[in-house]
Amino acid sequence: MQTVPCVTVKNVSFWYGSSQALFDINMVIPQHAVTAFIGPSGCGKSTFLRCINRMNDRIDGAKMTGTIHLNDQDIRDRSVSVEALRRTVGMVFQKPVPFPMSIYDNIAFGPRTHRLASGRMLDELVEKCLIDAALWDEVKDKLKSSAMALSGGQQQRLCIARTLSVSPDVILMDEPCSALDPNSTHRIEELITRLKTDYTVIIVTHNLQQAKRISDVTGFFLRGELVEFGPSETVFSTPTRTETDDYINGRFG
Amino acid sequence: MTQLAKTPVLLQRRVMNALFQAVCGLSAILAITILGYVLWFLFRQGITYFKPSFFTNLPDNVNPALGGIKHSIIGSLNLLGIALCISLPIGILSGVYQAESSGKLSHVVRFLTDVLNGIPSIVVGLFIYAIWILPYALKHPGQGYSGIAGGTALGIMMIPLVMRTTDEMLRLVPQSLWDASLALGTPRWRTMLLIVLPAARSGIVTGVMLALARVSGETAPLLFTVLGNEFLGPITGPTDALPLRLYKYATSSDPVQNSMAWSTALTLLLIILILSILARFLTRAGKRI
Repeated sequence: MQTVPCVTVKNVSFWYGSSQALFDINMVIPQHAVTAFIGPSGCGKSTFLRCINRMNDRIDGAKMTGTIHLNDQDIRDRSVSVEALRRTVGMVFQKPVPFPMSIYDNIAFGPRTHRLASGRMLDELVEKCLIDAALWDEVKDKLKSSAMALSGGQQQRLCIARTLSVSPDVILMDEPCSALDPNSTHRIEELITRLKTDYTVIIVTHNLQQAKRISDVTGFFLRGELVEFGPSETVFSTPTRTETDDYINGRFG
Repeated sequence: MTQLAKTPVLLQRRVMNALFQAVCGLSAILAITILGYVLWFLFRQGITYFKPSFFTNLPDNVNPALGGIKHSIIGSLNLLGIALCISLPIGILSGVYQAESSGKLSHVVRFLTDVLNGIPSIVVGLFIYAIWILPYALKHPGQGYSGIAGGTALGIMMIPLVMRTTDEMLRLVPQSLWDASLALGTPRWRTMLLIVLPAARSGIVTGVMLALARVSGETAPLLFTVLGNEFLGPITGPTDALPLRLYKYATSSDPVQNSMAWSTALTLLLIILILSILARFLTRAGKRI
């Protein structure tokens, strides 16, 4: 498989105050593929994910060393605006968080912020995002009604559509299915597999089966260290480290 | 082995449980009984002069029973309007500052607003009198008292209340809503303005209404600032207000005016009630779902 690097991570360490959460992480995340991060709770995989779009900036006392490059651009360079970075690197959270407004306004919020479209163009953009997120058929007749009335699975697809609305290159997903039922999970997994033709998807998951099903590349985190990183087939069948083998076979964690 | 028999310990727990439930329940009943009694008493006493002329006429010295409190109602509404114009922008903006900053200055600001909140209302009135009305009156004898000064005094009293409530309501907005907006590349100010403030809106409105209700009954800061008036004058001169009218009538020697004091109090209460309902209605209607 010929891969183009999308996110290049070099010597990344991260501290919350005085406690170190990440130790010298190095990896190259390929473009237009699904990369999954697995590992026990508190192993730093979510922290690492939030480094990629600088969501940790808001946390008092947080400190990061090392570099993360997005297509040759250092994301922490002084010339990079954090708003532009987050537009390019979208994020879907564990719990679906629709804005308390209509379905239409939820999707239109980002494009309005970045002045990407207005009027009829905006209508088309909203429709396209909802179609891409496999939600259009369910909501096309109630775009003006509250997004809060949707079911959990629908809300999560709405959040994915909202992320797509500002045309990102990379989509970060922080356990996007952990609050959903199996049926909704299945739909989101299908969606993720489809998204990778246009986007680079990086997903944190507690569900090993899910990582195995949908990911091309898997990274295994343990106690803040990246223990194993490689093609999912290899990681799940013939891991190089015993810790990985123990974890994916349920011997701990 | 499960122990289902009624042991002394379990019995004791039950007795304590029943006891606490009874004490809490009785306290709740007592609280609403007192409130209900005040309202009922006010209503019974105040309804006597509740007729159209009471709201459309000015005080009548020849036949007090035909007099009204039109000027006091308009005066009070004007004062509250001015107080809102002053306290809303300052209170909400500084509340946003409080909720969003964690520096040393924000602790100082919070402490000082708590102090401001604790200042007796009469002191605020005296303050306005000393820095505004007295200097003006010395230059222009016979003038100085004005509705604008009174509204300012009430506005100053409202600022810490509005600020506190804004701060607290903004802190209640979940971090996840912040994250969701910021993750779209939304600047912080836009997230605050379009996502966080609207999410906290109904709480802020409730707090503002409580603050408004509190200052609407304030008499002390008005004594030194608006003076009171028997006629409907411009807001730049001596103005009448419902609490002043209430005070004047309640201490009057005329039994008709004594009775009208109750009607004035009831009017004040109704105005607050109407404003509260209106505010609730407006926030609900204005909500983009």
